[in-house]
Amino acid sequence: MKKNLFFILFFLLNINNAYSLIEVDITRGNLNPLPIAVSPLFSDSDTKQELKNETNISKLGEKISEVVENNLRRTGLFNPLEKNAFLQNPDVAHLKPRFEDWKLIKAQALITGQVKFVDEKLRVEFRLWDVLAAKELMALAFTTVPENWRRVGHIISDKIYERLTGEKGYFDTRIIYVAEQGPKTKRIKKLAIMDQDSVNTKYLTLGNELVLTPRFNPTNQMVTYLSYFKNLPRVYLLDIETGIQEVVGDFPGMTFAPRFSPDGKKIIMSFAKDGNSDIYTMNLENRIVNRITNHPSIDTSPSYSPDGKFITFNSDRSGFQQIYVMKSDGSNVKRISFGKGLYGTPVWSPRGDLIAFTKLHKGKFYIGVMRTDGSGERLLTENYYQEAPSWSPNGRVLIFYRETKSNSEGKGFSAKLWSIDLTGYNERQVPTETDGSDPSWSSLLSN
Amino acid sequence: MISNKILKNVFLAFLLSFVLSACATQTKKVDSQMQGDVYTGTDTVEYLASGVPDRVFFATNESVLTTASRDTLRKQAAWLRKNSDITIVLEGHADERGTREYNLALGERRANAAKDYLMTYGISSDRISVISYGKERPVDSGSNPLAWSKNRRSVSVKAN
Repeated sequence: MKKNLFFILFFLLNINNAYSLIEVDITRGNLNPLPIAVSPLFSDSDTKQELKNETNISKLGEKISEVVENNLRRTGLFNPLEKNAFLQNPDVAHLKPRFEDWKLIKAQALITGQVKFVDEKLRVEFRLWDVLAAKELMALAFTTVPENWRRVGHIISDKIYERLTGEKGYFDTRIIYVAEQGPKTKRIKKLAIMDQDSVNTKYLTLGNELVLTPRFNPTNQMVTYLSYFKNLPRVYLLDIETGIQEVVGDFPGMTFAPRFSPDGKKIIMSFAKDGNSDIYTMNLENRIVNRITNHPSIDTSPSYSPDGKFITFNSDRSGFQQIYVMKSDGSNVKRISFGKGLYGTPVWSPRGDLIAFTKLHKGKFYIGVMRTDGSGERLLTENYYQEAPSWSPNGRVLIFYRETKSNSEGKGFSAKLWSIDLTGYNERQVPTETDGSDPSWSSLLSN
Repeated sequence: MISNKILKNVFLAFLLSFVLSACATQTKKVDSQMQGDVYTGTDTVEYLASGVPDRVFFATNESVLTTASRDTLRKQAAWLRKNSDITIVLEGHADERGTREYNLALGERRANAAKDYLMTYGISSDRISVISYGKERPVDSGSNPLAWSKNRRSVSVKAN
């Protein structure tokens, strides 16, 4: 079953010539989150009834506002204000806010909006106001099928985030991950996908075989992952719209650690044979396989730079697991990690300037970032066990997984998804229905 | 307000489907069941035949066979030579203190270390297949050096 969705963006107003006094400093994290008032999207009583009949949700406008408010709060950059303090009614505020009232409760930005039901479609309009400058910053309207109301909330959040920070948002996105259940010795793992706000979880495999390390194609809704189908660990390609999957390449042994190239046309992965793992690519259009590294050490966890010209990977060719960068043809291999400890799972930022990694030192695991030449190493978080960072599409947030220690009976173990801002602030758990690991963040769905 | 500020109508259409049819901790402590950090106990060991242990153990981040491992593998080779119709799968494993992908490679390297040794004792490579489970299938679910030492292993499993 497929639902084709349709959004119409009606108004794109004078956002370019409106000079804003509001500036959200995204380089410093959540030290001074911007106070923002999210006035609930209002609708008249007829619309409310119609939408309730359609969606079974009685206060759809308020629900959409909650999606927006929660998205903004989770960034750590915004502080959505308590609604009980609002002095102006949502319908009046949407027409013309009384800025003094909003100043009084210390709001610096205000979101207002209205929900209508027109020709069986949900029509949502919203406005963003600069309270101190007493100005409208943005006004947009979307039309879509009513079931799509959550996505409208995510798209509004993206527009607001972009207008106030100057960077693309990451709310209309999904996370694919491995859902885990059962004891460690007999762990059951399934591919799962959810919206970035942990809603709409769907399971893509049944748990009959072990599955690991799903990663999104940055250009479409394809996923690559490792499956132990028929006890043969191989890299697979899965179309999450059709459910069709296929093995990638015809390798006489284990293929693993897959990732897409930035243009989505190749898969880069490791192939292990006779105790040696090297890096290969397969072109998905003509199926041509290229060997990229040829070294008796373990070479794995490859990740392309966003321009496709370089590859970072980890190798134990120095005797220990360290991070390297090479040209995409495999030439010019350079080690870039030189700190104390072991370094793994390098992932190139979508902005191109940083590489995120996992570091193991003195029995602790760290998620960190360094420049692509290895300088400027910054550790963002320390824990008993955590690894596998994946970037938000705007390169501001990392999602990863963390495991807890178990006691001698094996109790107390859990695996959870976490996210942290590039600044090292705003570390928070990303809720999942079951335990989870190996998260991968999609690109913006509505680009 | 809205109407007098329209610059242009932007039409965005996109189609999309929501419904989917579809190791490395050091230990200096010498445990009675460990030598260095290699497991020397027998708790988890099973037997392919009388006197033929099914598994060998490794040091952290290592795939080098210890003296005891080589002894075990020689016994396996002798048993395989006597039972020439038997084929085996070598299952390589790592402990939980490493990144998942590196551990998959490490498990493969460990199983192949065992395979190479069996081959030097006359067992044909046709009779041996290899699979790595990385850190995915521990035998001991504890988070302590002894548990990890039991999990760093290559296990020979009868395939037929």
